Amino acid sequence: MSGLGRFFKSLFLIELFKGMRLTGRYLIDRKITVIYPEEKTPQSGRFRGQHALRRYPNGEERCIACKLCEAVCPALAITIESEERDDGSRRTTRYDIDLTKCIFCGFCEESCPVDSIVETRNFEYHGEKRGDLLMTKEKLLAIGDKYEKQIAEDRAEQAAYR
Amino acid sequence: MIEFISSLGLPAAVETVVIILVKAVAILAPLLLAVAYYTFAERKVLNYFQARVGPLHIGPRGLLTPIADAIKMLFKEIIIPTGANRFLFLLAPLLAFGPAIAAWAVIPFDYDLYATDINAALLYVLALTSFSVYGIIIAGWASNSKYPFLGAMRSAAQVVSYELAMGFALVGVIMAGQSLNLREIVIAQQGGIWMWFWLPLLPLFVIYFISGLAETNRPPFDLAEGESEIVAGYQVEYSGISFGLFFMAEYANMILISLLTSLMFLGGWLSPFEGIPNLEEWFAWVPGVVWLLLKTAFFMLLFLWVRATFPRYRYDQLMRLGWKVLIPITIAWLVILGGAIVAEVGPWFD
Repeated sequence: MSGLGRFFKSLFLIELFKGMRLTGRYLIDRKITVIYPEEKTPQSGRFRGQHALRRYPNGEERCIACKLCEAVCPALAITIESEERDDGSRRTTRYDIDLTKCIFCGFCEESCPVDSIVETRNFEYHGEKRGDLLMTKEKLLAIGDKYEKQIAEDRAEQAAYR
Repeated sequence: MIEFISSLGLPAAVETVVIILVKAVAILAPLLLAVAYYTFAERKVLNYFQARVGPLHIGPRGLLTPIADAIKMLFKEIIIPTGANRFLFLLAPLLAFGPAIAAWAVIPFDYDLYATDINAALLYVLALTSFSVYGIIIAGWASNSKYPFLGAMRSAAQVVSYELAMGFALVGVIMAGQSLNLREIVIAQQGGIWMWFWLPLLPLFVIYFISGLAETNRPPFDLAEGESEIVAGYQVEYSGISFGLFFMAEYANMILISLLTSLMFLGGWLSPFEGIPNLEEWFAWVPGVVWLLLKTAFFMLLFLWVRATFPRYRYDQLMRLGWKVLIPITIAWLVILGGAIVAEVGPWFD
């Protein structure tokens, strides 16, 4: 643009008014804030939150202590120990996930051959003292029992794409 | 109210003091409330500009947020740095706040609604609004700290570059209004929206508002604060209510500049429908002070709108703007204005 044109453009504050028109549009625009504790954004069925260990409908725990999740875990957050149970099957005696190490990548869930370790949709949890975020087998099974319905629904819905 | 006090039969000296106090409270109480809620409005409006909703949890729709802020500031500790000049450090916020409040003494709100009606009101206002910058400079120096000092220096550089343009813009108002008295300046604008000074003094009107932004240290001229460069400039070492005073001074000044702009350029309390057949009668019941406050509110919104839109000036750019753009334009317009007044160009100057 010519020098004279630029001169008049800046003298009459043309660009400033253009800028204010743009911001003015946002002033009257729809607000996009989600007021969190009262409102929540929709979640995907594949949401990766707090972990859980599942059971079969008859109450038997699914985990067979194959240790694939322990092997695949990139953050080395999973620790498993196992032994032979009285009926001859292999079961875990210890299944710990250190949530302070976990990066919620979901590899453990993907690697599990029996859909035992899963990540639930729950992301609103906290620990109040040391060790609260070190999930033991008992805690994980308890979470699994609590959210079983939701977990099963999500797996069924996503099954076709996995 | 004044008749009521006179009827009490107090000694003359006591009566004068009581009347002065009543007037001061009548102006200050709404002003401080307005300052508190202007800070709230600023947060809310800036949020709206960014497609967010802003504070809404304290009180209904967040309306008690400024009260909570005030309580927080009052109860926080005032920390005085070891190397600071104690006396000046504590004096600075008062120097910033005092003039911001004192300037309100001469503001007329309607034909017969004012605390004082002095002849050199405009001069008084100009002097006091310029005075508040000393608070900033002293604060920066007395803190004995790097960023406050940089902020104070920027503030000083800023003063010399916009103050002249602002003064010249007011000279135009004085010429057009033929008076230094704010009431008479408004009365000179009678006769409808086209008679208000914004039209014959359009460049001066814009320049006055731009200088007003600089005067109150508002974006895009908030170099003295410059959060992203010098943290908070002159305010760095201040905490608690000593910071609060700076804060209140800034907002009181913003409201003052908005009010002055509407008084001098937008016809103050005059109805915008003056001289328009039917509309004038329909809106005749609206008290003048409502029009004045509406116009003031518009400029207050403009302050926030400008903040939401423009990035900060570099301070050499501010000085260039002040010396090479604003001052030449004002001087040129003063010459044109003088010619128009001498030649009695209608409809404004006949």
